[in-house]
Amino acid sequence: MGAPMSIAFALLFYAAFLVLVLGTGYRIATYIRTPAPLKIPTTPAPTTRGGVALRLGREVLFFESLFKANLWLWAAGWLFHVGLALVLLRHLRYFTEPVWGWVAWLQPFGVYAGFAMAAGLAGLWMRRIFVARVRYISTPSDHLMLVLLLAIALTGLGMKYVAHTDIVGVKRFFLGLMYFDWQPLPADPVLYAHLVLVALLMLIFPISKLLHAPGVFFSPSRNQVDDPREHRHVAPWAAGLDPKV
Amino acid sequence: MAAEVKAPPLRADPGAPQALVPGAMAELKPYVANDKMQQALGFPGELTDGWHERAIGRMGELLDKYRSLKVYMDACVHCGACADKCHYFIGTQDPLNMPVARQDLMRSVYRRYFTLPGRLFPKLVGARDLTKEVLDQWYSYYNQCSECRRCSVFCPYGIDTAEVTMAAKEIMDVAGLGQKYTNEILGKVHRIGNNLGLPGPALADTLEGLEEDVKEETGQDVRFPLDEKGAEVLLVTPSADFFAEPHVDSLIGYAKVFHAAGIRWTLSSHASEAGNFGLFIGNYDQLQKVALRIREAALDLGVKRIVVGECGHAWRVAYSYWNTLTGIGAGGEDPFARMLQQQLDSRYRQPTHICELTWDLIERGALTLDKDANDHRVVTFHDSCNVARASRMGDHPGGQFEIPRAIIRAVANKYVEMPRGTTREQTFCCGGGGGLLTDELLDLRVKGALPRMEALSQVASGHGVNFMATICAICKAQFTKVLPYYGFKMGMVGGVHQLVSTAIRLGPKQ
Ligand code: HEM
Ligand code: HEM
Ligand code: SF4
Ligand code: SF4
Repeated sequence: MGAPMSIAFALLFYAAFLVLVLGTGYRIATYIRTPAPLKIPTTPAPTTRGGVALRLGREVLFFESLFKANLWLWAAGWLFHVGLALVLLRHLRYFTEPVWGWVAWLQPFGVYAGFAMAAGLAGLWMRRIFVARVRYISTPSDHLMLVLLLAIALTGLGMKYVAHTDIVGVKRFFLGLMYFDWQPLPADPVLYAHLVLVALLMLIFPISKLLHAPGVFFSPSRNQVDDPREHRHVAPWAAGLDPKV
Repeated sequence: MAAEVKAPPLRADPGAPQALVPGAMAELKPYVANDKMQQALGFPGELTDGWHERAIGRMGELLDKYRSLKVYMDACVHCGACADKCHYFIGTQDPLNMPVARQDLMRSVYRRYFTLPGRLFPKLVGARDLTKEVLDQWYSYYNQCSECRRCSVFCPYGIDTAEVTMAAKEIMDVAGLGQKYTNEILGKVHRIGNNLGLPGPALADTLEGLEEDVKEETGQDVRFPLDEKGAEVLLVTPSADFFAEPHVDSLIGYAKVFHAAGIRWTLSSHASEAGNFGLFIGNYDQLQKVALRIREAALDLGVKRIVVGECGHAWRVAYSYWNTLTGIGAGGEDPFARMLQQQLDSRYRQPTHICELTWDLIERGALTLDKDANDHRVVTFHDSCNVARASRMGDHPGGQFEIPRAIIRAVANKYVEMPRGTTREQTFCCGGGGGLLTDELLDLRVKGALPRMEALSQVASGHGVNFMATICAICKAQFTKVLPYYGFKMGMVGGVHQLVSTAIRLGPKQ
């Protein structure tokens, strides 16, 4: 195995990275380019830019609206996302040399994060299966997305607690990709599975509901300032519609 | 609907999950607009050949013009947080009345025609062709959304089903499938000047009659001026205020406030309607055309202030959109906006809600009020969706909740709040907003009122509430009709300025 597998993974990750960055960048660019012609913040809404930043901050960090909607959903969803965030930050150690101080500091917390993430995902999936109204709105892709993330988490946890992998080798491989100095990838089926699934996640990111992550920042009902009486807000395409005076 | 319309039973535990009844409301559709009504608004008369291309074409345009639609189509994760928040789902248990399912009627089409996975693997991501059957489903269920935005309060991304419904109505209009009630009314506004089709002379008569009534009641010469050039205030109010019950009692209330404060005001026969159904059908041109009548009247009459009467969606349009659509507001730098904004008095909020005006006067001690006059009433307040979730009053977020309540407390002794989770930004729609206030949808309207009726019945039996105040013409008309289905008297609903009217004392100040 060895060499061909390493090359295949190298190419796969270059491709996945390009799709993730260019694809998501393109989608974000269309959000930026598309105007919001009317003021539609869901009120009560902040009356200043700073207030809007706080509102978005609360949505992103604490899922404020979700908290008002449904406590169980909030708990499972928040557990999953916080777990995910910590896991991702912890993973930075594979891509930095020397490892940044705060990433090193974070490592112990990351140990629990993997479990939190998996538990949250399991909770979300249970909800999708057993709550009738959520089952009704679920498409196959909704289930598969949870399966995908759960599989990533379980293969990751598997490497950590069951069948250890050569972390140093993994790191050498990815640093090699980043600096175009290719190194072999340790031959380990669990690692292969983890990485194939991660690449798949990166590939579908810009064409799936994972766009909710950038989307939350562009939602006019959340990111607009409530000041329509004080400032005249006109989109470029709408300006031409004013009657001539 | 042949079957007799009946109210669903009040739920014992409103928190418990409800069973789903698929297809329960699939057959309920409003009447379709005929070709005359459609053509008057510049839409095709009917679903002729090419409707499919027109529909998909317009959808593409809207996706390029409205960031809201674009982001909302992509961002939903099907988490279901919104699913049980819609009063129509609660009242009908039809799963397609869950906000996310309602959005998915469009999202499935969006995915099919505008996204890669939907083109390649439609089943996997729930993508569908826009067939005639799908369009029929749109017609049923996008006409079962009152665009109340309650779902958007709870969505982690603020996805607003109202925006999706508006886009769907616009697409259906362009395909040739318009809704009779809304489109016929828009035609009347363009032809006659108001939703009720009340011509100028009839309006003048009505107002004269009101002057006589108030003279009889109070002995004072309270005026209801029409088209008076040089008045300070132009009052724009829903046309229902001119003769519908209980709306007219609020109009009398506004007139008494102006009289007591010595403010010279006028109504306009050109802009005798605050309502703007262009909002409901999501059509920017209609929205702007209807709103421009008010600008024209303001310029013509030379007024300094524009005040809006008790109407929920009208206040949304006035507060949030008038500055954009017509320049009524402040801060405009272009000639079109400046022309009007130089005429308006910048010391006042433009436009002003009648409640802001009245509350200002009360705070300044400019009104003499006899609270005891309302002692036969135990009052509660129903927040109207468009005021609560799409606009503001006063200078601080949430003023739209505080100011009407402050007025009620200033004019009545007995005031009771309805349960938490049913008021303020979480208020439940009356069940008749968004262009659904039409008889053929009565079944939906009665069912959609369920959560509000549950809340009302709690304070009615617990605290003896016998008056539900509101500041929306649609809420007033809808409740007048549906309250009896739930065993309440229809006279239980009325305007905030109806209460003001009862309490206010005219004549020289003591
Ligand atoms: C700005 C960053 C993000 C924010 C604010 C955010 C927020 C949310 C919220 C509020 C939900 C709904 C509740 C829930 O199911 O948890 C959600 C769902 C979801 N998020 Fe995120 N998210 C973010 C980033 C991500 C990322 C990076 C991923 C994956 C790579 C992700 C994957 C998911 C998935 C799969 C769901 C659906 C869960 C289900 O099926 O129930 N999110 N997200
Ligand atoms: C190229 C990207 C990635 C690489 C090279 C990678 C590699 C690894 C390795 C080597 C481990 C074992 C850690 C140990 O034994 O201590 C691991 C664990 C794990 N991975 Fe990844 N992974 C990547 C991306 C991801 C992503 C995107 C997710 C989540 C969506 C994820 C989730 C996990 C989890 C939950 C664990 C177990 C807990 C932990 O060690 O933090 N991984 N990963
Ligand atoms: S806007 Fe209101 S009526 Fe429409 S889906 Fe949302 S909650 Fe229901
Ligand atoms: S709450 Fe928002 S993201 Fe969740 S299902 Fe409803 S619309 Fe979609």
